[in-house]
Amino acid sequence: MSLAISLKINGQPRSVTLDDPRITLLDLLRERLALTGAKKGCDRGQCGACTVLVDGRRINACLALAASLDGSEVTTIEGLAEGDRLHPVQAAFIAHDGFQCGFCTPGQIMSAVGLIAEGHAGEDPERVRELMSGNICRCGAYKGITEAVLEVQAALAAGSREDAA
Amino acid sequence: MNRFDYIRPASVGEAIAAGAQPGSAYLAAGTNLLDLMKGGAARPERVVDITRLPGLDRIEWLADGGVRIGALVRNSDLAYDGRFQRSFPAVAEALLSGASAQLRNAATLGGNLLQETRCPYFYDTASACNRRAPGAGCDALKGENRLHAVLGWSEHCIATHPSDLCVPLAALDAVVETEGPEGRREIALEALHRLPGTAPEQTTTLAPGELIAAVRLPAEAVAVARHARYLKVRERTSFAFAVVSAAAGLELDGGTIRRARIALGGVAAKPWRARAAEALLQGATASAEAFARAAEAALAEARPSGDNGFKIELARRVLARALSLALAGAPETPPALPASPFALAPGANHAA
Repeated sequence: MSLAISLKINGQPRSVTLDDPRITLLDLLRERLALTGAKKGCDRGQCGACTVLVDGRRINACLALAASLDGSEVTTIEGLAEGDRLHPVQAAFIAHDGFQCGFCTPGQIMSAVGLIAEGHAGEDPERVRELMSGNICRCGAYKGITEAVLEVQAALAAGSREDAA
Repeated sequence: MNRFDYIRPASVGEAIAAGAQPGSAYLAAGTNLLDLMKGGAARPERVVDITRLPGLDRIEWLADGGVRIGALVRNSDLAYDGRFQRSFPAVAEALLSGASAQLRNAATLGGNLLQETRCPYFYDTASACNRRAPGAGCDALKGENRLHAVLGWSEHCIATHPSDLCVPLAALDAVVETEGPEGRREIALEALHRLPGTAPEQTTTLAPGELIAAVRLPAEAVAVARHARYLKVRERTSFAFAVVSAAAGLELDGGTIRRARIALGGVAAKPWRARAAEALLQGATASAEAFARAAEAALAEARPSGDNGFKIELARRVLARALSLALAGAPETPPALPASPFALAPGANHAA
């Protein structure tokens, strides 16, 4: 049984034939499309290392069947930077030491991008921590991660105040 | 994961025809089903993807002030809907206290209702489990069972239902609309999940192929909107299932309780409506003493199923505090740490 699906991945239209319906979005990205940024940590939706955006919303790629996402737009960590210019969240993670070993980092950054787009945290560190709780960091870089998210939130808020002025 | 046939029906009728065949499982977001399949606890022969079915993804406000929520509405979309938060604050808070942001973005209303227990013996295919393999026995009875049921359990199964959402839904008299091979029908949410008895594998009252189309919250439930809370004790502050939780709603006439709505979570194989406690509070003066008496009544039938006697006293205290929080008033927006006993909402008196 093979299934033909179409996805837009990091802006590029991709047609994929799945030879097995068991393939998750994470396995499709990593094993078939050579996009190994999203990581397989627990593979059970508990660690968040596989976080990607689907139609602009952060989800766990390990718990989504690729076949079910036919027609969706997917953004992975590989799709964030523009050439050598880092996405503001990527730059903020570096500036605030938001990682140590780096394994959870692509998921952390994609989750942070999703969180900022959702717009429910404001500049409240408690809300940032709560809304990032789906991403586990075994090195314990949470302090830097929270600071990085808050910095980008603050920059966005300042930008929108300037726009309004 | 076992091999399966994947089909994506275009209509509810097609879906039901496929879903009613033995070995079929409905797939929405898959956040629970795929987890179960990866561990081998679920092995469907046919996965019926219902995510493209038309008309199931809407929040519709009814003329009388009630709401009809399509089964495919995502948890986060419901929880952050402004009118929904104002009308049903305890439901929004329960939703936001569950899982992680990523999971809430994917998980659906119908899937939340039909998720499986998180009993580790159910998930571990090397363990005996009557719910997964009828007649096999129950390894939880003599195992690690400090988080298991204290109400409504049997010697055949001591698992709990893990949903947060279902707890306030039960308290608010939610109604489940279904479509199945026999047509449409409505089931009180309270009657959707079964207690284990001698057949714990029968977890719901749905017939084979019967599909949840929507959940309705009645207009009368809005009457507690100003005084409704959900409180949940977890083993970590976020992204954890309830050890014990409580939904509490009060309709007040000055200092007198006109009507109370109460349900407990994490204590049984279904969300546990506490009607005896509600009856005690009806007409009573809202006070810490009245809330303590109601909590006693709510847990009157409770007994440990293992090393979990502490959950009975914990449930009394969680319920009494949820009632105090409800009396203090629902916050205008969900607190930073939804449903957490460590989240101080302005105006709420945690010492009460």
